[in-house]
Amino acid sequence: MNRIIIAMTVSSALALGACNREPPEVTPPPPVDVVTTPTPTPTPTPMGPQPGTQGHFSSAMMGADTIYFDTDRYNIDGEDAAALRRQAEYMVQYTNANATVEGHADERGTRDYNLALGERRANAAKSYLVSLGVPASRLRTVSYGEERPVATASSEQAWARNRRSVTVMIGN
Amino acid sequence: MRKFALIAAFAVLISAPVAAQDSSPRDLDPSSMEAKQADDVTAQDPDDGPLRGTVTDDSAWQDLGIAIAAFATNDDVPTPANAQGTAALGLELSRIVYNDLRFNGLFRPVGPDALPRPRYAQITAPAWNTWRGRSAEMLVHGFVRDNGDGRLTVGCYLYDVALQTELDRAGWVVAPSEWRRAAHRCADFVYSRLSGESPFFDSRIAYIAETGPKDNRVKRLAIMDSDGANHRFITNGQSTALTPRYSPDYSRIAYLSYVDGNPRIYVYEIDSGRQTLVTQSSNPTFAPRWSPDGRSILYSMAIGGNTDIYRVSATGGGTPIRLTDSPSIEVGGSYSPDGSQIVFESDQSGSQQCYVMNANGTGQRRISFFGGRCATPEWSPRGDQIAFTHIAGDFRIAVMTPSGRNMRQLTNAWHDEGPTWAPNGRIIQFFRTERGSGDTSIWQVDLTGENERRLRTPVGASDPAWGPVLP
Repeated sequence: MNRIIIAMTVSSALALGACNREPPEVTPPPPVDVVTTPTPTPTPTPMGPQPGTQGHFSSAMMGADTIYFDTDRYNIDGEDAAALRRQAEYMVQYTNANATVEGHADERGTRDYNLALGERRANAAKSYLVSLGVPASRLRTVSYGEERPVATASSEQAWARNRRSVTVMIGN
Repeated sequence: MRKFALIAAFAVLISAPVAAQDSSPRDLDPSSMEAKQADDVTAQDPDDGPLRGTVTDDSAWQDLGIAIAAFATNDDVPTPANAQGTAALGLELSRIVYNDLRFNGLFRPVGPDALPRPRYAQITAPAWNTWRGRSAEMLVHGFVRDNGDGRLTVGCYLYDVALQTELDRAGWVVAPSEWRRAAHRCADFVYSRLSGESPFFDSRIAYIAETGPKDNRVKRLAIMDSDGANHRFITNGQSTALTPRYSPDYSRIAYLSYVDGNPRIYVYEIDSGRQTLVTQSSNPTFAPRWSPDGRSILYSMAIGGNTDIYRVSATGGGTPIRLTDSPSIEVGGSYSPDGSQIVFESDQSGSQQCYVMNANGTGQRRISFFGGRCATPEWSPRGDQIAFTHIAGDFRIAVMTPSGRNMRQLTNAWHDEGPTWAPNGRIIQFFRTERGSGDTSIWQVDLTGENERRLRTPVGASDPAWGPVLP
């Protein structure tokens, strides 16, 4: 199972590497008004990433690939639900896409507990996606606990950004 | 590591009391020493209690001055243990003893670099006039001798300066590569003889070496002696390694690795370099802990987001036994020294708290009721205390009794986490994270909460796990 996933990851990387050779088959959906975090500017080439790839998904989500949690919590609130609906719509539309749901915690916890908390968060997001029609077989989870912060300050704002679940495409 | 066990420690027995310069009957010539194998080098008479008070009698101890003079050698010859020969090695040995005995709050040692250097013959016949008036009640002498068979003999002598008497002596035969262990044994010998406590210097620590920026940290499994020497990286940092734990016999290390992309516990064999999954499961496993007899490993496993504690045979195979079954997070776990109970953490009350259960999972009960959160509990090797991370605003190292009473905070910093006990249950190591940078370092503190100090490590350091006294 894990070997398969690793193989998928590798093929995903290959797909990403090859993606600039062909024009996109589908135009990315238009951006929405609700933007929670800035998205990296897509590479200014006329040929964008292929659907189902992480690059394509990330551009399409405009930040909705990530949901945020309160301290020690893992419940899906209204804002999270809206983001997860967009993720689910994408995965239902692009059936070639499989995803990893990463669970993360902030640095203000103990290491083992944060691994467990990241598992909870990733699974909460996964369950919600499954409830919206994404086959569970297309979703895996991984907890990084506090090991992969996106915001490196030691502040409430940084911790709020790090208490998150991120959906990442792993291949097609 | 197994080499350590193969090279037996030897107690030095005095065969012939050849008089040195002084003809006192107590004076023995170390050159006449012969090494004989003994079962127990620490060899403290069980009836031979501490000389003065106990460790908890801290005030009485701070003033006990100990002069640790350079170890002498009978013949300054080349040795693989020191490029400058056995005389230089003797000085290094005494420096290690000195550094071991510093910082633990019990003694006020004076090291060899501030003291006259005794001649070989004076090791068994101290020049008392030299040592009086130095505000040192105790005197440590020692020698190192090349045995000619590739091994070294190290002798260690403890004297009472006021009484001008020898209190005790010990000696060891070691391979040159393990010369530092002889110094740690000498420090353990002095520490135990004077405090009545069990030894702990001759032990090792597994930890996680950290480098790189906070959002792209490289975390490698590493090991070192209790004083930071003989440092060795075990993993190369390509995948994140976390939370190592030495097996009680030092042959293996259980730790978490993301080597296959998922957090999983591996059991790494130090001699062969092989590693195996703690359990064949596609679920994430973390927080490995050994049973005191080394036959079982506790681990935490998340299924569908719910983490519980399991026990599995350390030899591989066998069906894991689930010890907790609540929908909340149960994680970690630390055996009582007799193996009958396990302290662990759970958030079933709404926040992390410490619980105790029988080793088979029955009789679970919460023990922490003092406010704040209780995380990462670790049972003392003596059984009388549980150390844990107390979270109440900041993160501090604290101790309590196994029934959850007499909670005492030992540290006060922004983020201290993950206590691990010295083999004798008198000192606790933990790691400290700096606010902002996230830089980590290993510290240790004694049970009084004083005598806190940082361990020197080559790079950042976290997740320390102190092993038992080396076999």
